[in-house]
Amino acid sequence: MTTASLPASGNWTDNKRYLWPLGALVMFLPLAGTIAYQYTGWSITLWFGFFILYGLIPIADRLLGEDDSNPPDSAMPALASDGYYRWALFISVPVYLGMWAYMIWFVTSQPLPWYGWLGAVLSLGVGCGLAINIGHELGHQTSPLERFLAKLTLAPGFYGHFYVEHNRGHHIRVATPEDPASSRFGETFYEFLPRCVYGSFKSAWEIEKKRLAREGKSVWHWSNDNLQSWALTALLWGAMVAWLGWVALPVLLIAAVYGGSLLEVVNYLEHYGLMRQKRADGSYERCQPHHSWNSNHVVTNVLLYHLQRHSDHHANPTRSYQTLRNFDNVPRLPSGYAAMILFAYIPPLWFWLMDPKVVAHHGGDMRKANIKPAIRERVIARYSAAV
Amino acid sequence: MKKWRCLVCDFVYDEAQGWPDEGIAPGTKWEDVPAGWSCPDCGASKADFELVED
Repeated sequence: MTTASLPASGNWTDNKRYLWPLGALVMFLPLAGTIAYQYTGWSITLWFGFFILYGLIPIADRLLGEDDSNPPDSAMPALASDGYYRWALFISVPVYLGMWAYMIWFVTSQPLPWYGWLGAVLSLGVGCGLAINIGHELGHQTSPLERFLAKLTLAPGFYGHFYVEHNRGHHIRVATPEDPASSRFGETFYEFLPRCVYGSFKSAWEIEKKRLAREGKSVWHWSNDNLQSWALTALLWGAMVAWLGWVALPVLLIAAVYGGSLLEVVNYLEHYGLMRQKRADGSYERCQPHHSWNSNHVVTNVLLYHLQRHSDHHANPTRSYQTLRNFDNVPRLPSGYAAMILFAYIPPLWFWLMDPKVVAHHGGDMRKANIKPAIRERVIARYSAAV
Repeated sequence: MKKWRCLVCDFVYDEAQGWPDEGIAPGTKWEDVPAGWSCPDCGASKADFELVED
């Protein structure tokens, strides 16, 4: 696998270095909306987070385009160990937690019309969705501090099982029919969402059960990572309800469900239709760069800490965000994730845009694709006839 | 013979078994596994393995 256009090393500088704190800064947007609301009284300002996700970011991706540059190999060790990047990520955690608590206080204590309330809750949900991505990055690191912060970041959105399932489930089964978090050709987002959420919860529980059994412990032992994460959620949610009353509960629930759905719609994009082939002994080939969809759109890449350089992430899951590389000749999405989720919400548009890309990727041989079982034979026959 | 566990996904490399799939013969000590080898299940690097204490 070759990496793209290497600049001469030596005096290389990271052009995204000072952009990474934007990941923390966007967490202020729902809060900024409430301040604008105090001054203007316009409910639309409470929708800031929501509109920015679906409107401004896709447009900005379009305008600012792609950045496919990679750090030279010689710069990698210094880049990987530079503590600045660690802190640029860490800072997003307190900002998120503060924003989360403030927003819940705001919507439960201020007199708002229902459409203002909804806008603020959904904007908070956008923050919860972005936070799962931050928890994702932290959860891949192996130090105890990062791992604790990962659980803490996933707790407000009630997504702690992700910490277990993503590393020890998804990364192992990625791009196979057995993976709940890899979407299948012909599967709509609305079919994928319940399959993925249910399958992921189940998988997370079983993974910890197996680990604890190996250590001679019950699945209910306190060291169960799922139980620890859910206990953190219970603590945080309990504190908010104790402080603000039961009116906080629908806010907590809606923001968590919507935030979780944002994570899952991104999951839907990442491996659509792609499949690892089985070897002679029946095991799957290793996950390779052509088993993930990628994008170099710079705005979404900064806000999601290079999540869209997804092939490198799966090839090297503990590689930290600032060092993830673009690969040439990997499956590439036509736009950044922020624009692609709009297509995913509208299945006919998604199929129109993506299905030809999946077929072309497999050279028309759809036996190599991950296809929804109910239509598998039909799809294979249809495209093999066309070849 | 020792065992090494992947910190990311819990895959265990057993020196006694090696990993013949990828040319690592049974009995290959951890230090003799190539530095570029990575976890067959999740792709984590060799540095992300820890010794399994029995």
